[in-house]
Amino acid sequence: MSDSATSTAIRVHLPTHLRKLAHIDDGELTLDVPGTVTLGAVLDVLETHYPVLKGTIRHHDTQRRRAFVRFFACEEDLSHEPHDAPLPDPVVRGTEPLLIIGAMAGG
Amino acid sequence: MAGVRVLVGTRKGAFILTADGTRRDWHVEGPHFAGWEMYHLAGSPQNTDRIYASASLGWFGQQIQRSDDGGSTWTPVGNEFTYDGDVGTHQWYDGSQRPWEFTRAWHLEPSLSDPDTVYAGVEDAALFRSVDGGQTWHELRGLRCHESGPDWQPGAGGMCLHTIIQDPRDADRLHVAISAAGVFRTTDGGKTWQPANRGLQSGQIPQPEAEVGHCVHNLARHHGRPDTLYMQKHWDVMRSDDDGASWYDIGDGLPTDFGFPIDVHAHDPDTVYVVPITSDEQHFPVDGKLRVYRSRTGGGDWEPLTDGLPQQHCYVNVLRDAMAVDRLDDCGIYFGTTGGQVYASPDAGDTWAPIVRDLPSVLSVEVQTLP
Repeated sequence: MSDSATSTAIRVHLPTHLRKLAHIDDGELTLDVPGTVTLGAVLDVLETHYPVLKGTIRHHDTQRRRAFVRFFACEEDLSHEPHDAPLPDPVVRGTEPLLIIGAMAGG
Repeated sequence: MAGVRVLVGTRKGAFILTADGTRRDWHVEGPHFAGWEMYHLAGSPQNTDRIYASASLGWFGQQIQRSDDGGSTWTPVGNEFTYDGDVGTHQWYDGSQRPWEFTRAWHLEPSLSDPDTVYAGVEDAALFRSVDGGQTWHELRGLRCHESGPDWQPGAGGMCLHTIIQDPRDADRLHVAISAAGVFRTTDGGKTWQPANRGLQSGQIPQPEAEVGHCVHNLARHHGRPDTLYMQKHWDVMRSDDDGASWYDIGDGLPTDFGFPIDVHAHDPDTVYVVPITSDEQHFPVDGKLRVYRSRTGGGDWEPLTDGLPQQHCYVNVLRDAMAVDRLDDCGIYFGTTGGQVYASPDAGDTWAPIVRDLPSVLSVEVQTLP
């Protein structure tokens, strides 16, 4: 999914339900994200490549994170960070993935 | 030989059960959408290959899936349900006002005449329609914006629009049921709506005979006598002979008139089925005996149907969308339980046998009669 030389390759992990929904076989995706690498930019590219994921990670209307979705990277919880904040350098450099996960629920 | 396809929605996926017209030997396929809550699956009356399915998860929201080959393969279609215009507020459990917020699609109702047209009843209660096979959804906002909307409140399961009844005489005429607001009907294709609850009495609301506020659980209509409607309410089994303008009680003779589903025999508008449940506090059959009750007189004279159903130690529930009838000459009846059993009767309820016993908790059962 390489779009241009000005984009950055970002590794993304998706939860099993969403991988199945989008027919993604591998556990990790690489997305080429143009411009500043923010959470919002990564999600924009993800939803462009996989429109079926629209509404599953963030709400259609508000674009806010769904309550039981979490964003982790570099052993940090980024769930409450603004979507226009730059992602950590290791994610931008490709040494660490962005983890999109379903929050723990149940017993 | 004609056959049937039973569409089962469960808490953890969908299952498709097929049999020939004898309905004795079953092929069980699934789970489809493993792990998703399948609130409802429904096939087009015009094209049995066309099936719509509502899948939702607390984590990842709503998906609508569509099959064009009888459930062998599925394609996700539109999942954007956006309330049209000012969202407004409704009553919350504590009496405060709360903005309408979409949670999930409870019920899908394919059009009687067009396979690409399908209605969706959703939580928080509203009615949506797609005319492009589920790709896009548009709210029929006149319902949610009814002047009584701010008084609607959720039942224990949420404030859901769970029942959609079409009129075989006129596609612009619909009835819907909302917990806990009651029945509304439109005669102009959903532009305007009127409450249709006259005759209902609910002891759980301040004015038992109020125009709006009743917890209606399910409705059923026989297309051969469309002015007659049957209702299973929170308490009370009711009937209308004037297209929902007024209702009267037909529950005398039942061990309890609490329950969730109600359905009508495919060929006899006077034969009605309910599954009595002990109470709103005890969601299981009376005395641990799973009994379907049948009236052959349009209500008021009920007989228990027990042959093949567990008559001891049975404490499951049967939810509102979990009973269906087929259209074969000898009408078949089907229902699923919260314990994961799906029962079938190939002889209008006289005898029963489980098709499957150990599915996840069953949310919905529909049946397609195949040529």
